[in-house]
Amino acid sequence: MKHTTLNRIGFQLFALLLAFGIASLVLLAVGASPVQIYKDMFGSLGTKGKIADVLVSWAPLLLATAGLLITFAAGLWNIGVEGQITFGAIGTTLVLRLLQNSAMNAGFIIALSIFAGMLAGALWAALAGALKTFGGVNEIFGGLGLNFVATALTIYLVFGPWKRPGTGSMSGTQPFPEQFNLPLFEGLRLSPWALVVAVVGIVFVYFLLQGTYFGLRLKAVGKNFRAAYLLGIPTWQYMMFSFLLCGALSGAAGALQVTAVYHRLIPSISSGYGYLGLMVAMLVNYQAIAAIPVAFFFAALNIGSIQLPIVHKLDSSFSGVLQGLLVLFILLAEGARQRLTPKA
Amino acid sequence: MKVELRGIHKYFGVNHANDDITLTIPSGTIQGILGENGAGKSTLMKILSGFIHADSGEVLLDGKSVVIESPAVAIHDGIGMLHQDPLDFPPMRVIDNFMLGQKGGLFPNRVRAARDLRRLQKEFDFDIDPENYVDSLTVGERQQLEIMRLLYLGARVFILDEPTTGISAAQKDKLFETLKKFREQAITVIFVSHKLEDVEKLCDQVAVLRQGKLVGAMDKPFNQKKLVEMMFGKEVPLGTKQTVCQDRTVLNLDRVSIEGMRLKIKDIDFHICEGEVVGLAGMEGSGQDLFLRACAGLIRTVGGVVKVNDRDLTGKSYHTYKKHGVEFLPAARLEQALAPGLTLAEHFILAEKQTGVFINHERGRRLAEERIKTFNIKGAPVSPVESLSGGNQQRTLLSLLRHPLSLVLVEHPTRGLDIESVVYIWGKLKERCKQGAAIVFMSSDLDEILQYSDRVLVFYNGRISHPFDANKTNVQQLGELIGGKGWDE
Repeated sequence: MKHTTLNRIGFQLFALLLAFGIASLVLLAVGASPVQIYKDMFGSLGTKGKIADVLVSWAPLLLATAGLLITFAAGLWNIGVEGQITFGAIGTTLVLRLLQNSAMNAGFIIALSIFAGMLAGALWAALAGALKTFGGVNEIFGGLGLNFVATALTIYLVFGPWKRPGTGSMSGTQPFPEQFNLPLFEGLRLSPWALVVAVVGIVFVYFLLQGTYFGLRLKAVGKNFRAAYLLGIPTWQYMMFSFLLCGALSGAAGALQVTAVYHRLIPSISSGYGYLGLMVAMLVNYQAIAAIPVAFFFAALNIGSIQLPIVHKLDSSFSGVLQGLLVLFILLAEGARQRLTPKA
Repeated sequence: MKVELRGIHKYFGVNHANDDITLTIPSGTIQGILGENGAGKSTLMKILSGFIHADSGEVLLDGKSVVIESPAVAIHDGIGMLHQDPLDFPPMRVIDNFMLGQKGGLFPNRVRAARDLRRLQKEFDFDIDPENYVDSLTVGERQQLEIMRLLYLGARVFILDEPTTGISAAQKDKLFETLKKFREQAITVIFVSHKLEDVEKLCDQVAVLRQGKLVGAMDKPFNQKKLVEMMFGKEVPLGTKQTVCQDRTVLNLDRVSIEGMRLKIKDIDFHICEGEVVGLAGMEGSGQDLFLRACAGLIRTVGGVVKVNDRDLTGKSYHTYKKHGVEFLPAARLEQALAPGLTLAEHFILAEKQTGVFINHERGRRLAEERIKTFNIKGAPVSPVESLSGGNQQRTLLSLLRHPLSLVLVEHPTRGLDIESVVYIWGKLKERCKQGAAIVFMSSDLDEILQYSDRVLVFYNGRISHPFDANKTNVQQLGELIGGKGWDE
């Protein structure tokens, strides 16, 4: 057992090296110095403010990943997670807009809006789920379609009914008054509440998948839904449940984007966390706890790359290149390990 | 071509599927490989034909060591494998199938291939229309096509996996003739089977595998009793038939009609009592599978009334039937009945009544250990189900059945299993009968039907015979009905 763990770590380190190696070649090709760039990307992690910034994007990323782990367990490729984050953000914005002039306690309104975001995310996921279970539309295609619809809807809202006083702008709707923002750590952009929601989300998913009958049944549906049906599991209901739970968690991610980060609805409110979450979920392969550091690492790459255009005149999409390479090589290394390691 | 296997080892997890197999097959020999299910025959053949790789050991062809990386390399080295279900492409024409795997340029030479196919057909006295589609051929003809294709690719060693299952007696004779012709051409044949009779008739020498080890070899003439002993370690007694007297009806069909994709069955009247076993005979696809699924609520009936324990369940789903004590065991175990990737213990947890939210893993493990012992399953609680052999998967399925049960519906309860497993599985099924369950099963093995059923129904093209008393009918009578004789218009 111990031997296999060591073996796996060895292969993954090798994959890490390869990914960074190839990324370095890309950097060299455009005439940049890899050493300097990695130093700038990670070196800045030293300050408290930077770590806080990483955690700001870690929270929604972790929530999206948590949701995806559930749909992965059910054997579903919920590409629609982006749209579910977006729709969650729309739901949250809607409730905040409706209640911002009411006499209710602001904290209560924020809580209500986050809840509305989860509900909206679940609703959007339910659409993909219904298309899959009742319409026979593959969840990949249905989800992808719904992503476009959610983005279009956001843009319509930002430039139409919810536009700022005057003319609508890509910078989003009118920011909400300060009392509707989740409180932040002193001097940082990070909200402790965002961290709490994210950690609760991933711990919930961990226990759900590791320890509960629900999780086991979900896995059975994912591994072989015909067998699951014969074993007495209501299969389509479980698929729908997994969509709903994933939608609620990614809706929460969208809600945090509104209440803790942007304080308004912006066109790219999901920030690609859904797609990034897909990569994290693939990497950790059911291991919910492992998602915590992996998501942190990916978030750090995102934040680190913000420096690149300013300091090095490189596009910040370099972090995407690095993330993609990492996923590819780690999956490759796992395949190679299984092939090359003699079984005993 | 001379084939030598030296010290072949293969593990699947903890399961030692091939344990130091060393075997020499002289050129032009017909070598029989005998063994019960899970003995390691398929593993060994898959290694030889490049589907999987040995963990250690060596393969020599004509004295030269070879590394068989893939089936493509195997055929390049002259090893061709004929699978139990022919690996061909049913929607394609015979001639296109024949040309598959050929090396050569961008444009295949159909004319030359057609000429060569005709020549081979003539040589072996086969008669297949090259322009026909493969899905219109019988299994026997598809086998013939595969043999010619492999020959055409230059096979000098033929591996045949249970080739006599599902083909007619005439086709079997022709197959044996062909294989004997191979002997003259110094082509080596490896014949994997569990049918002693076939092995005796055809093979020059036999090797017996048991639990991954080569336990014995024998040259002609064979001593059947000794071969059975080598295969099973002991003589297997056949199960005895017993009829429990019953009166309570478990399942009642009243003028039920079923519509399948190709087949309609009309106005079925049928009932089965506590403790009774009813066998469904007939050619594959004559309606038995529809009948079983209709009795389980897996397909909707289009007319009539289905009652389980006097309760009307017409049009209800399988889960409702399950609540009333009905269980369906499909023939495709790994595809339809078990979840590959989950362990034995997890299957037991899923099948048991579940209380609370959190899984008691410790209880699951104990439960699995207990069932593994009672049902003699070769595996551990943490074994993934797909690592078990077919016989052990079937035992697992049986061990997943709950208590108490009213009705068990089984498709091919023992297909592909060795005699020991067959006896064991029927022992467990009969135990259920004594506890009051009724069993309806379909099988293509008439002996099995006659031996284990109390009553027999014959299916022919969507028609169902009246029930025969299994004690008063015989293979001849049932066989004729299965073949379509004796049905009044």
